[in-house]
Parts: sequence; C-alpha cells; structure tokens
Amino acid sequence: MARVVLPNELARELAGGEKEVEVEAENYRQLLKALDARFPGMGERLRDGVAVAIDGEIFQEPFLETIGEDSEVFFLPQIEAG
Amino acid sequence: MSDSAHQFKWVGTRPVRPDGLDKVTGRANFGADFTMPGMLVGRILRSPHAHARIAGIDASAALAVPGVKAVVTAEDFPEIPDGELMVGEGPMNFRDLSCNVMARDKALYDGHAVAAVAATSRAAAEEALDRIRVDYEVLPHVVDVLEAMEPDAPLLHENMFTEGVDPKPERPSNVASRCEFSIGDVDAGFASADVVVEGEYVVEAAHQGYIEPHAAVASVGEDGHSTIWCSSQGQFMVRAYCAKLLGMENSQILVTPSEIGGGFGGKTTIYVEPVALALSRKAGRPVKIVMDRDEVFRATGPTSSAHVKVRIGATKDGKLTAGDAELRFQAGAFSGSHVQLGCMCGYAPYDIENVRTVGYDVVVNRPKCAAYRAPGAPLAAFGVESALDELAEKLGMDPLELRLANAAREGTKAAYGPKFREIGYAETVEAALAHEHYRAELGPNQGRGVASGFWFNIGGQTSAAVHINEDGTAVVVDPNPDIGGSRASMALMAAEVLGIDYHRVRPIVPDTSSIPYSDMTGGSRVTFSVGMAVVEAAKQVVDELRARAAKIWDVDPDGVVWEDGEARPASSNVGEFEPLTLAALAEGSAKTGGPISGQATINARGVGPGFGTHVCDVEVDPETGGVTVLRYTAVQDVGRAIHPSYVEGQLQGGAAQGIGWALNEEYVYSEAGTLENPGFLDYRVPVASDLPMIDTVLVEVPNPRHPYGVRGVGEVPIVPPLAAVANAIYHACGTRMNHLPASPPRLLAALDAAKLPEAAD
Repeated sequence: MARVVLPNELARELAGGEKEVEVEAENYRQLLKALDARFPGMGERLRDGVAVAIDGEIFQEPFLETIGEDSEVFFLPQIEAG
Repeated sequence: MSDSAHQFKWVGTRPVRPDGLDKVTGRANFGADFTMPGMLVGRILRSPHAHARIAGIDASAALAVPGVKAVVTAEDFPEIPDGELMVGEGPMNFRDLSCNVMARDKALYDGHAVAAVAATSRAAAEEALDRIRVDYEVLPHVVDVLEAMEPDAPLLHENMFTEGVDPKPERPSNVASRCEFSIGDVDAGFASADVVVEGEYVVEAAHQGYIEPHAAVASVGEDGHSTIWCSSQGQFMVRAYCAKLLGMENSQILVTPSEIGGGFGGKTTIYVEPVALALSRKAGRPVKIVMDRDEVFRATGPTSSAHVKVRIGATKDGKLTAGDAELRFQAGAFSGSHVQLGCMCGYAPYDIENVRTVGYDVVVNRPKCAAYRAPGAPLAAFGVESALDELAEKLGMDPLELRLANAAREGTKAAYGPKFREIGYAETVEAALAHEHYRAELGPNQGRGVASGFWFNIGGQTSAAVHINEDGTAVVVDPNPDIGGSRASMALMAAEVLGIDYHRVRPIVPDTSSIPYSDMTGGSRVTFSVGMAVVEAAKQVVDELRARAAKIWDVDPDGVVWEDGEARPASSNVGEFEPLTLAALAEGSAKTGGPISGQATINARGVGPGFGTHVCDVEVDPETGGVTVLRYTAVQDVGRAIHPSYVEGQLQGGAAQGIGWALNEEYVYSEAGTLENPGFLDYRVPVASDLPMIDTVLVEVPNPRHPYGVRGVGEVPIVPPLAAVANAIYHACGTRMNHLPASPPRLLAALDAAKLPEAAD
C-alpha cells in the first residue's frame, strides 16, 4: 500500500482532517480513482495544477507515473518558473 | 573545480557561445529592434492613481488626432470568466491576466494600463494619450502587506474570500489564500529545545531589473492570422496567453522570439503583446509597442514584498529540533504570489524533524508580482538564515558548522514533506568551510556572513530537434529563448553525442510553428530538460547514421557502432570496412534514404534539486551607513557543469542580484500610492564598480537521472545573498538588519537606534 499525504486544505475539506492515508494503486490514475472513491470530489481536485512527489522525485505532471507498493506520495503546489 | 572536462570531449569545456559575437557587436536583434513596413507606434495610457474605479473612458478626441489609427480599451478584449484554466505548463486565471493587461472596471495600481493608441508617430500617439478622458473615482488604497490584511483595509476585489481557511469567510478580504506545510510535531520540537531564537523579517519588493524593456511587434492579417515578434521567456507562452485574451486559436498566431536582454522570471507572462495585437487588429497595420523604463517599473512584475516571522529551536549541542515560520507575501493587485514556494524552500536545506510553515497570499495596490529567480525562496531564506546565524552565536558554534551538523542529505525528509534523493547540500557547506576565503583576516568595521539556499529545479514539456546538413554539419533546434547561454550548452551536448566538433553544430531558437510545444525558459529547467531532449534527438540521429552505414555495408545495424563521429564495424566478425564519417554519410544520404534528422518530445522527469552556500565579507561605514562588499564566494552543487563559464556566470549574476536586493533595491511608494523611483537612477541596481569579483566554486554531485548529470543552476544563487549580506553586516557592526534592503539611510537609522541605549547608560 502506498502512503499518501494529502494537501492540508483537501484533508480538511474532504477527508475529515485525515492527512495521511494508505492507498492500493499501481499508477497515478488508479491513485486518483481510489482517493475519489474514498473522498468524493478529491480526484477531480487533484487532477490538474498540482505537482506530486513520488518517492522523493517531484513530477509537475504525474498522470503517467507508476506507484510502487511502498511508495510515499506527497501532493505539492506546481513549481513555477523563475 | 569542474571534472567534466576529464570525462567528456565537449561537455565541461568552455567554447565561445554561438550567439556571443552578435551580442557584443550589436548585431543581435532584441525585442525593440524589429520593424515592418507600415508599422504603427503603440503607446499605453496608464492610471495615475493607486486605486480608482473607472466610470468611463472617452477616446473621441484622441481619435481625432492626425495619424491616430486605433484606440483600444478593455472593451476591445473579450470578457473572460473568473477561474483558472490549464494552458501550457500550469493553471492560469485569464480573467486576472486580462484585467492586468488592460484595466476593466478599476485601476488597481499606479501604472495600470487603461487604454492604448496606435498612430503613425510616437508624437501623435503621445498627443492622443493626452486627449483620452478617463473618468476616475479615486478609492482608498493600500500598498503594505500587513495593512492590507487588516479587516478595515481598502478592498481590492469584492469577490475575494480567503481560500484555505475553515470555515470559509463570509466577508471578502485582501487575503487570497492561506497555505500550510508541516511535518512532525512542532510544539514537541520546541519543548525539547534548549535554545530558541525568533525574529521578524521584512524584505521590500525588488524588480528583476532586466536591461531590455518589454517590446513587441504584432501584425494581424486580413484573414485573422497573426504574427508577433517579441522578447519573452517563452514564445509558446506568448502564443497561448494572447490567444486566450483575444479569443483566438493558437494556430492563428505565430510567435517569433527575439533575443532576450534579461528576464529572470519577469518575462514569464505578457503585457504589451496582446495590446499590440488588439491595436493591429483594429488598425489593420502592424503595431509596435516598446515600454519606457518607468512603464517597466510601474506596470511589470516586481517581486513580492514580504513580512516573515521565524522561530527555531535547538539543543545546546546544536541539533535543530523545530522550525516554525509565518510568511506574508503581497502579490500585487491580483492573487498569486510565490508564498507557497517560499514556505517550502525556507527550511529545505536542513534535517529538522518538526517544521511548520504557514503562508498568506495578499493583494495590494501594486503591480502584479512576477517570478524572479527561485520565486519566493529568497524572502523565506532571509528569515531562516538570519535566525540560524543568531542561533549559532547563542550556541557558540561556527555558523557553517551548525549548518553542516543539520544538513539535509540523501534520505532526509524535506521540510515540505518528501524525502530527498541524491543531493549535494552538505558538500557545498564543506567546500565553503574549506575555502581560503572563510579563514581570511578581517579588519575594523568588517564582518563575514554566510547563508545557504535551495531550489527544486524543474523539468516539464520539452521538444528539440537535431538536423544533419548535407555537408555533415548539424543544426540543433532549441525551442527555448536563450537567456543564459543555453545555445552553447545544447551544442555541446549534441556535439558530445554525435562525436563531432562543437563548432560544426549550430543551434537556433525557432518560432512557434517550427517545433512542437515547449514550456518556458525558467525554473532552471532548460539545460536539464532541453538538454535531455537534445541528447535523445542526437541519439536518434546516431541510430539513423548507424542504419545508413549498415545499408552501405550490407550488414545488420546492430553490427555498426558509432565512435568518435564515425560508423565502424562493431567487430571483425561484421567484416572489414573503412569507417564512415558523419560528413561522408551526410553527403551520401540521397542514396541511403534521404535527409537525416532526429526529433524528441518529452515531459522531462528526474529533476535534481540544487543547493548553494555563500560567504560574504562587508565593511560598514558607521558615519554613513554605507556598506561595501569586500569579497564574495558562491558555492553551489550544479550537478554537472555543461559549460562551466556560463554556470559560473549564473552564480555570479544571481549573487549580484541578491546583493542588490540586500543593499539597495526597493520599490518606494508615496502617500498617494504612486511609485516614486521608477528609473535606474533612483532604483539602484549594483553596477560593476559596486561589486568585487564574485568567486565561484562549482561542486559537482551529478544528477543520476540526467544523461550528463545536470541539475539546473540559475535559481539557487539568488537565495542566500540576502541573509549572507545581512549576517555580514551584523558581524561588522553588531546591528542585525531585519529589514532589507540595508540601504544607507535604513542602516544608519538602525545604527543610531542601537547607540541610543548606550547613550542612556
């Protein structure tokens, strides 16, 4: 099960304050579906405009990324150009 | 220090940049250089008020001026619904962007565009601007971030309700959003601390200070197809943003990038381009707009100014136990400061179990802020790195040793959550500690400060192509405007893969129709991402060259290897063949399948973060408050330097800009909310005579996920200087400057204030 750390705002709004959850998913698409099933509306909110760190590597566009059995997933703001 | 030259033929060498001669001889074409037959001059009317409702605009007298061909106001731009859209590389509120380009109902800052004119001469355009009557209802204004957060502050947007707070507010305010990042238990962390330091830090807004003003020529054809020539950090960004603002399709606009005379993040958005397009559409002729310097200062993105509270706890032996921070960034007139990035960057260099950072994005009556090298990070780092200096003094520790003892390393949980992969922060501190500069003697009124900094670096959507010419020379198509020497880096990487001389590779930066989409030049992504795409495209070329040789020799392509720029049999089992050079294969390409080229389109993954540590010596004149930077050393983990001279240049440029921000650069507003120093005489950037030679140390901890180990280097070097300078000032005179810039009047006032208690004693 991947350990997923939710953004504070969404944890408060949609997950009853639960910040960390464990999710069974092999890729990012499955992760969003699983989060959506558990916290309706969350998948849509996380579909665009967020970056994701999977096992320490930040992806600006994570749609195609795979997720390992013991992966650690953090949602982050997208990193802007300077 | 670079070791690349020992491992590669071209990567790590220092040839002259392909665009260098044109740039030093004045032959290069920048934004303002382009002209077209029949071209009109565009000028923009700007609000003289910090905050005013626009009751009406009467342009009839302006249109009567001989030579005036068109006037546009917000009425000439489609009204865009509020909300963010995904375009290109991220979400953008196009209503805000449209209202920033041309004020719709309210002018929100001094310098906000309210109308524009196209005329046959600048004199006619200026006269027309004078004759436009704008009926303003002047409103109370606010330019200070803390004042803007007060409940009774003048309200900029009646539909702004703070996001990220629970319950959602019932009243609108200037606080666009609140964000929070936390790990561990901060209260427990402070409870276990032996020493706690805390402070409040203020940094004023600075402008990116690029020498080249914003400039564009737009030409709309009879069929609506349009062309824009302009200076920007991304021709694809200009195309997409202009299309959205004018209700066009991307395919109707072709953008040709000019050379760019500096951007530093300030040219990651649009200002004059859609206005020139709207004027051209109305006038039926090409229109050129070039901003004056005062327009650049008044209307284009400076940084946020910020108020930062920091609290750090440590055990008596120097282990950091907790870090807390509150960051309040003003975003200018529309939401979208870089406070979230500031929250993530401030504590990133350190291994601290318990960290909390809270940020507020606040609107004020100033121009909308824009990115500036490592956006948000220098403001947060100023607070954290100043507090660490104070902590080191309280603990009786060397400030670099304190940083080294708490340095984030591979596997450390970053203060913003995820664990770091391969990083080289500790190596930068070790290099600074070992540098002769750190042990050099100091004189009276002189002091030494140190500070560190972090930036994520980014990848993103990228394309690139490599074409082989008929004579065996090569063209690299690099889709990103060359701000910091990227043409040279791309040519070096292509030469390395192809095995040919660097001087036989010519890089070009194309228009938006000549190569697939690419994200902007920024975030320290180009050498990393475009380099990755160039390497991939060049490898495609090599595979094709091997295949062509295989055809000539009638062997399997797997039996051909590419070495030193020529095809050779992989072994004697393949057969005895004379090697075929790239030139020979190119000259004979008609017989083997036609032209040879490769093109790569990628969403670059595997980015490696960057860290830097700076050492600064200053001398303070106690009579004037003047500060002289005596010596400055910038150390940075650069992954691997493709062209070390241009990497060193990035470190020197970032340090110079950070020193300017620390010592002099700031936006000064009048009581009426108008900008009082919109010019380089009164807004003083450092010039060569103000600075010593900035020494650089390139630490190379290669990023294993890039073909040549690249991390990206342009952002990090502006992060440490604010605190490095302020800490040096403290050690020179005993006065800690918690408010930057430490300009002579501000430092003198602080020195005088520090003397008062002594006088009372």
